[in-house]
Amino acid sequence: MKVTVNGEPLEIEKPLSVKDFLVVAKAEQPEYVTVQLNGEFVDHSGFETTTVQDGDTIEFLYFMGGGAK
Amino acid sequence: MSKLTNEQLERYSRHIILKQVGGKGQEKLLGGKVLVIGTGGLGAPAAMYLAAAGVGTIGLVDFDVVDLSNLQRQIIHQTADVGKPKIQSGKETIAAMNPDVDVHTYNELVTSANIRDIIRDQDYDFIIDGTDNFPAKFLINDACVFEKKPFVHAGIIRFQGQLMTYVPGEGPCYRCVFPTMPPKDAVPTCRQAGVLGVMGGVIGTLQATEALKYILGIGDLLTGYLLTFDALKMNFRKVKIPRNPSCAVCGDHPTITELIDYEQPTCDLKK
Ligand SMILES: [Zn+2]
Repeated sequence: MKVTVNGEPLEIEKPLSVKDFLVVAKAEQPEYVTVQLNGEFVDHSGFETTTVQDGDTIEFLYFMGGGAK
Repeated sequence: MSKLTNEQLERYSRHIILKQVGGKGQEKLLGGKVLVIGTGGLGAPAAMYLAAAGVGTIGLVDFDVVDLSNLQRQIIHQTADVGKPKIQSGKETIAAMNPDVDVHTYNELVTSANIRDIIRDQDYDFIIDGTDNFPAKFLINDACVFEKKPFVHAGIIRFQGQLMTYVPGEGPCYRCVFPTMPPKDAVPTCRQAGVLGVMGGVIGTLQATEALKYILGIGDLLTGYLLTFDALKMNFRKVKIPRNPSCAVCGDHPTITELIDYEQPTCDLKK
């Protein structure tokens, strides 16, 4: 099955929880990433109960803090 | 009848010839008031382009002094400015560039105690977050939500950057996307991870662009979008982001009703 992660296609074998999907999709620092599934935010408390399915679009939004120093 | 002087008609001629700007738009810019918090990698280019564009009132907030390691990207400061307060160096650069600009300086670290007063000082129209740390970023977001002021968030690290614009009542705030502060040192800063000098130029100039568009009332702002830039892939992406109804500060039932001073990461304190 095919999903889209940050605009790039990704093949996964079966539906996965967001928690497992973060590992498979190699999210950086999964504990601090903001996840959007088909446009909706997934709360961190829902990472185990929310499933990534065929055709889903996922965005990983990362903290970026630099700037001044 | 235009209120612009002959010298201003010439200085801003490339603006005035744009049908979306014109003499009226240039007058709006000259009457515009933008607060730039942090005069570093992001704030330096943002402030310089705003000054060149003729934004009549610019506020600069920074508590730091110019360090030699700043000059790789903080182009508002020159070699001779090392050791000088950043706001003073920034003010001098702007004064030399454009005498139309009235610069207000705040030699302070933004905290819950002063940020709302700084925003109110000149009743700024728009705020630019040019800071490098999360306590300041969350503080600026919450203060702008409380003061009902639009602002543009940005962050840069290594070869990447991001930006989003908050307009009260028109879209998500920073906390809608990032509800809570990352723990201290969990997310690297530029000092720890490095940053390509031009990243501040690319992203800071986009921040200035949002400020100019807001003052002019033209185009579509980055409200409801997070723009990410990857310089290595030379890829810009605009991710649509909804307002979060359960956002702690701008949601339907806010639980944050006062500003919070988060712990300042040690790596951002003076050496
Ligand atoms: Zn919000």
